Amino acid sequence: MTDTLNAKNHSIEKYLRQDRMPHIWCSGCGIGPAVSCFLRAIDRAEIDPNKIALVSGIGCTGRVAGYVKLDSFHTTHGRAIPFATGLKLAKPELKAVVFSGDGDLVAIGGNHLIHAARRNIDMTVICVNNFNYGMTGGQVGPTSPLEARTTTTPYGNFEPPFNLPYLASASGASYVARWTVLHLRELERAITEAMIKPGFSFIDVIAPCPPIYGRMNKMPLPMDSMHYYQEKTIIRHGADPKEADITLNGPILAGTFVDIERPTFQDQLNHISSKVNAQV
Amino acid sequence: MTLWRQPFDAAEKATKPGQIHIDKERCKGCDFCVDFCPTEALRMSVELSSKGYNFAVVDDESKCLACGFCELICPEFAITVSIPLDNNVA
Ligand code: SF4
Ligand code: SF4
Ligand code: SF4
Repeated sequence: MTDTLNAKNHSIEKYLRQDRMPHIWCSGCGIGPAVSCFLRAIDRAEIDPNKIALVSGIGCTGRVAGYVKLDSFHTTHGRAIPFATGLKLAKPELKAVVFSGDGDLVAIGGNHLIHAARRNIDMTVICVNNFNYGMTGGQVGPTSPLEARTTTTPYGNFEPPFNLPYLASASGASYVARWTVLHLRELERAITEAMIKPGFSFIDVIAPCPPIYGRMNKMPLPMDSMHYYQEKTIIRHGADPKEADITLNGPILAGTFVDIERPTFQDQLNHISSKVNAQV
Repeated sequence: MTLWRQPFDAAEKATKPGQIHIDKERCKGCDFCVDFCPTEALRMSVELSSKGYNFAVVDDESKCLACGFCELICPEFAITVSIPLDNNVA
């Protein structure tokens, strides 16, 4: 027998609430691999797990908060970012991570997203983007591609979707990346970089939702979406996020789009308050 | 993978197989690990788990490269790969 590392301390088990497993996500759901990457990134970024605050909203991805053995909070719908903002302001030494879905972050929480990016609050937002509201039965969402079939658009979606990397970068995020859940090594590295980066980081994780979105769009098996990612993903680092639009079954532009230095909310606040203190 | 010429130090540089542990009660049979394993070391079972899924099983552990991709891609956190300590894979 070969000498092996102890499986227990070489895995992410230590960060999972094992009593809650197996989780509720469907077979082949993309949330699991995204969580795996995030949990590995904690060790890779050498962040003290006791200093991480994980916040998620409502929806399938919102359940992440309940499955990780970190300080976590499951907020009301769309309010994960304001909750994390409050945590960060009260305890700046915390590493605030928001893990939520596209419906939660971009639809009902859309305003919070753009304003947190504008203020450049030091937090990492991981958005699991599966193009629909999976938990409630697959209604059309703000990221559903044009002509995609969902339960509320049975003849095809007629609303143009948001291009999330473009939205985040235009709002002022310091770090913007997109990966699919097939590009797991890259995703793990991107989450690591995002957590180390001071300022607002946004990662768009394209993930399959086989039984709901997939079934409506001729990709009913988990492997169908994975093969689609394998064939259609184009990796272009530093690409203009404007070009990262997603069309139905069209190419997916992936990579790190934005990685810039901008003063964070805390920096600006300290700057103004030190000026005020110098005057009095 | 077939090589037209075997490198002279192939045996010395070969990675040792990892040990794959699959929790069959967590597995929901999505097929990701089986399909994306670069050496086809895994396969799906014919029998069903207690929840009624076909689950992934190790077909031939000696084929495993200890790359750890199955562990990373499993949506159910059902796979752990123990990597031999003297393997120089990252
Ligand atoms: S409905 Fe979709 S997003 Fe929700 S758990 Fe199932 S596959 Fe995942
Ligand atoms: S560690 Fe890599 S080679 Fe081994 S079974 Fe898993 S995917 Fe296959
Ligand atoms: S990836 Fe996980 S859930 Fe999917 S078949 Fe393999 S062990 Fe089962």
